[in-house]
Amino acid sequence: MKFYSLLFTALGVMCIAGCASQGIPDFGSASDAGGSVASEGESAVAGGSEGAVGLGEGEEFNDFGQMEEAPLEMVIYFDFDQSDLRTEYSDVLQRHSANLADNRRTNIRLEGHADERGSREYNIGLGERRSQAVRRLLLVQGVSADQIATVSFGEERPAALGSDEESWQLNRRVEIKYLD
Amino acid sequence: MNHIIGRFVLLCSLLLLVIRPAIAQLEFDITDFVGKRTPIAVIPFAWEGEDDVAHYDIDDVIAADLNRSGRFRPIPEQDMLQKPAASVDIDFDDWSILGVEAIVIGKLIQNGANAYTVQFQAFDVFKRQQLIGYRMPASRGTMRRVAHRAADMIYEKLTGIPGVFGTKVAYIRAIGQEDMRTYSLIVSDMDGENEFTIMESNDPIMSPAWSPDSRQLAYVSFENEASTIYVQNLRTGNRIKVSSRIGINGAPAFSPDGRNLVVTLGGLDGNLDINILDLGTREVTRLTRNRAIDTEGTWAPDGKSIYFTSDRSGGPQIYAISVEGGTPKRITYEGIYNARPRLSPDGSKLALVTLDRGNYRIGVLDMEDRDLLIVSRGKQDESPSFAPNSDSIIYATRLSGDGVLELVSADGLVRQSLSSGNGDIREPVWSPFPRY
Repeated sequence: MKFYSLLFTALGVMCIAGCASQGIPDFGSASDAGGSVASEGESAVAGGSEGAVGLGEGEEFNDFGQMEEAPLEMVIYFDFDQSDLRTEYSDVLQRHSANLADNRRTNIRLEGHADERGSREYNIGLGERRSQAVRRLLLVQGVSADQIATVSFGEERPAALGSDEESWQLNRRVEIKYLD
Repeated sequence: MNHIIGRFVLLCSLLLLVIRPAIAQLEFDITDFVGKRTPIAVIPFAWEGEDDVAHYDIDDVIAADLNRSGRFRPIPEQDMLQKPAASVDIDFDDWSILGVEAIVIGKLIQNGANAYTVQFQAFDVFKRQQLIGYRMPASRGTMRRVAHRAADMIYEKLTGIPGVFGTKVAYIRAIGQEDMRTYSLIVSDMDGENEFTIMESNDPIMSPAWSPDSRQLAYVSFENEASTIYVQNLRTGNRIKVSSRIGINGAPAFSPDGRNLVVTLGGLDGNLDINILDLGTREVTRLTRNRAIDTEGTWAPDGKSIYFTSDRSGGPQIYAISVEGGTPKRITYEGIYNARPRLSPDGSKLALVTLDRGNYRIGVLDMEDRDLLIVSRGKQDESPSFAPNSDSIIYATRLSGDGVLELVSADGLVRQSLSSGNGDIREPVWSPFPRY
């Protein structure tokens, strides 16, 4: 149930992000990524048949995908003993899904991990549960099943070696690895 | 990029299937003892051979074994009022005065260039009776094993419990920081001697399991970024890939007849279930079909059922299922976390990992009266494994950040630590009885 609510949240966030980028051009990044759009607009105005400066028919544009994106996060963290995806990761996972759906030859491996507490093979199960939670969301978002492999390292490959809550939080994770 | 290439080269060069002496051996330290340690005297053995001095100190090995059991206290040599070599020379009154309850005498006889006879006798000081007298052949290569066997026989006469001084332990060692760890599968004698690295990799190795004849180890390796179960021959170093299906291949354990492995398979959808893998035909029979995590299977000593961990009730608990399948029966009800079951070879006790007031500890469940006894004291204790005599358990714990091993008697009274001073050691598994 949580899974579907997250999916809708993800779609909602996606829509807001899309609308925002279309409605309010981000001038801060225009010189980097949106430069070509701006120069086309200017030439259209200069050659306009109305002859009046500052008037014209205008044109539709969509720079979504051309804007400089924040680096795509490759690690999804989880709460203690949980495999539910936190809502904060909905846009990150949506971007991965879009990437993969657009590039059917791109494959990923989802590597699930657990913190060190408890039994090792059971922790392999907890890590797998986490990588499968990410996998299911990506499948629903249109990624093909044969693009995704999963593996669980349980507590065997910690990101942090400490025995404290800070390290444990860093170790309860799924790493998204893009394969060649 | 260089880093990735470097790691790849290292991975290739460090994936070793060699059998070679390891770098640091286990050191024993008796940390706890509740109750009386019986004073005994192990008299330096007499020597009959070409050279002036004995080639081996058999008595030292026997005394060290009996000392490590935690149940005996061998008196120091300087406290001995006499050092008899033959039974007729024993002055039982002297030993009574010292409070010594048993005395061991013996002789090492050289018969040829590399042929010896080890003979020993143990006596009950109060009854003034011989408990055991035995002689056996030995060579330079078998001398330690023969000494352990003598200690096993003496221990059994004194306690009624078969000794386990001739057994081995397999465990995993991890050395290095987060992105550059080396994992080793190591086998050593229970006294820390004869330590050998069986397999080494830059990817995790886990879940070693002994075959019933002690000749093979099954384990899980993550070479090539996927879990695979191997069975490796300890003498030749050859290994066979027995399970590399899509998804999880984990938690192997041999059946008592050595023909099957119980394994955990996850499949594409990651639903971990208990399966039986026939090592002859490679056929897999799925035993559980629950959506929960079912893992850590282990065979009952009679081979008729499999105990495993499942979180089908919400959190991990222990269940048992017939090898013919059917509905699993829940075994543990106490507490919110019970995992990694291991039955004692006599079937009377079940060791497990249990959450005890915020700490993961080793529990021993009496299979008859269902009492759960907590026998460890750490925060993150795991991987219990019974001695083949069902009397002791070896497990992993943490000491200032590093994994170390501990031994505890099944009644929780005697405890020893085994540290290596080198890396993180964990997942100890006690071998079956040796074959002489």
